[in-house]
Amino acid sequence: MKAKSITKFAVVCVIIALLAYVAAFGLEIMGKYIPASFDEDFGIKKGFDLAGGSVIVFEPEVEDMDTVTDEDISAAVAALRLRLDSNGLNEATVSEQVTDDQKRLRVEIPAVTDPNEAIEYLGAMASLSFKDPDGNEVLNGTHIEDATVADMEGKVVVQLQFTGEGQSLFAQATANLVGKQLSIYVDGTLISAPNVNEAINSDSCVIEGSFTVDDAKLLANQIKSGTLPFALKPINQSSVGAQLGDDALNKSLMAGGIGLLLVMIFMIVMYRMCGLMADIALVGYISIVAIIINAFEVQLTLPGIAGIILTIGTAVDANVVIFERVKEELKTGKTLRASVDSGFNKAFSAIIDANITTLIAAVVLWYFGTGTIIGFAKTLFIGTLVSMFTAIFVTKFLLRQLVGFGIKNSKLYSA
Amino acid sequence: MFNIIEKRKILFAIPCIIILAGIICFIAFGGLNTDIDFTGGTAMEIELGEEFNEDAIRDAINPVEGVTVSSVQTSGAQKAIVKTTDIPHEKFVEVQEAVKAAFPASNITSVDSVSATMGQEMWWSAAKAIFFAVLLMLIYITFRFELLSGLSAICALCHDVLIIISFYAIFQLPVNTTFIAAILTILGYSINATIVVFDRVRENTRLIRKESFANIVNKSVWQTLARSINTTVTTLITLVCLYILGVTSIKQFMLPLLIGVTCGAYSSIFISGQFWVLFKGSKKAQ
Repeated sequence: MKAKSITKFAVVCVIIALLAYVAAFGLEIMGKYIPASFDEDFGIKKGFDLAGGSVIVFEPEVEDMDTVTDEDISAAVAALRLRLDSNGLNEATVSEQVTDDQKRLRVEIPAVTDPNEAIEYLGAMASLSFKDPDGNEVLNGTHIEDATVADMEGKVVVQLQFTGEGQSLFAQATANLVGKQLSIYVDGTLISAPNVNEAINSDSCVIEGSFTVDDAKLLANQIKSGTLPFALKPINQSSVGAQLGDDALNKSLMAGGIGLLLVMIFMIVMYRMCGLMADIALVGYISIVAIIINAFEVQLTLPGIAGIILTIGTAVDANVVIFERVKEELKTGKTLRASVDSGFNKAFSAIIDANITTLIAAVVLWYFGTGTIIGFAKTLFIGTLVSMFTAIFVTKFLLRQLVGFGIKNSKLYSA
Repeated sequence: MFNIIEKRKILFAIPCIIILAGIICFIAFGGLNTDIDFTGGTAMEIELGEEFNEDAIRDAINPVEGVTVSSVQTSGAQKAIVKTTDIPHEKFVEVQEAVKAAFPASNITSVDSVSATMGQEMWWSAAKAIFFAVLLMLIYITFRFELLSGLSAICALCHDVLIIISFYAIFQLPVNTTFIAAILTILGYSINATIVVFDRVRENTRLIRKESFANIVNKSVWQTLARSINTTVTTLITLVCLYILGVTSIKQFMLPLLIGVTCGAYSSIFISGQFWVLFKGSKKAQ
């Protein structure tokens, strides 16, 4: 009996140690790689408030938001994606935030801490339009295959490559407009209005203007990455310096570590051997939470860390409820084994009901929350769920083995 | 050990005084100190690289057209958090240059800008979130216990929320999105504690049939007291660690949680059961 308990106890301890090892250092198993939680590249994804970077929330600049269709939003996402990529910001993410009463695009750019430049090149519609003197459009951005910056006799120009259709439209327009002006507009602003001297049947043309090299690059990139269905205005932007983010992460981790240690000591002081079992379960809890967050690619934000640290406190709660119950049962003169069993059974309903209500709060926060608060809701949800599991199964299992050790001195079980 | 039901007046009086003080301050200060998340505006954290006084920062930024500094807060030796009216992004470069001109070694380390319309929506979505959280909890508790216990738990939650808001009114703490997250966390936490007590009441009602409901509630509260206190202590340990060691934004988040966890413990021990007894009593009297 005793030997069997010790073996089972040891097995659980080894499993938990293994989980902790995987969470901390990662593991390669059967060709699959579980990365370490703090692996720079493959570890837990850090939100911009921890890693440094910018977030910009855009809203379509339109009179009536109802005219914005889902297709428009998808087209805008694709266009933003292209613009980010063509500026070398491959790490950036674009997400839709569409609900009944709002249509928004959230752009998160790691490492860029001055979002104003990004706002310039992301927000513009970049609708290119060639117009005749009567104001009729003869050609637009959809007829452009490629746009590049070129140098023409010392002047910076944007060179446009037409699609097949674009080439014939351009040839037709120039034929009709010999001796007249062809005006080129970008987002409604006149960029240049060259005189047409002869019909041009060419697969390319250049836009002259008083460009700097940067202006020209910006314009070329915008034209290339397609027209936005509407101009975007930034309604919310925030940025965090990498140093600040790093600082926030380190300090929070240290606070979490110290808090965890103090809670563990508190449990041992209050509940002796039972407290030790709770502490072992707690190590398992933290490891599982870290692995889940990593595996499901939950982005860790500052409020998210706060959420995890909060659930450490509440994870212990379930154990406290159980141990207090076991203590009461012991006082009625029951044997240790009977006390553990009935203490658990009586504590069970309280733990379930209490945790489910917390889960309800987490889900509501997840659903209605915005920005970094969603990170908090996610970790609160995961933490509560995992803590229910570790309290109900792991602690119970460990306590039963503890009973099996046959330690008679009941002082060792609680203060 | 006293009978909590008999000491009802004193136990209710304590939070009532705090809430009353909150209401007085709310009126005296003209409301809560709402942050840019709700009013719209821009918040910047600036590392100035030198000693500074707050007026110098105002004088540097205010001349930029259309930008008015609403508050300057010192955070750390050479760091300041500056809040202004919403800076349109095309104006931001000017602000940057103005700061740089006045403080050559300065560096704007974080910027947070919220438009006024978005700020108003924040209120809405926050109110919606709290309403639905409470409604769903009420439904769940009614399903697991009874309607009266659900209503009592909700009353205790209102107590917690009112106390936190009172603290914000009294000390004029900035109200922002983390405040909302904190309130919702407290709702979850406090209901957690209340349910452990109610669970005991539910169990005791089945076991002890002779005693009055008031006595059963009193007994249940004392039976669960050790758990209530120990859980609060462990939670407070982690929160205090974060509050002491954390960066500004974490501190801002921990403060309402510290207040909330404490008053959540108070309400689940001394308040929620009271309401249940009150409601049950008035139902019987009818």
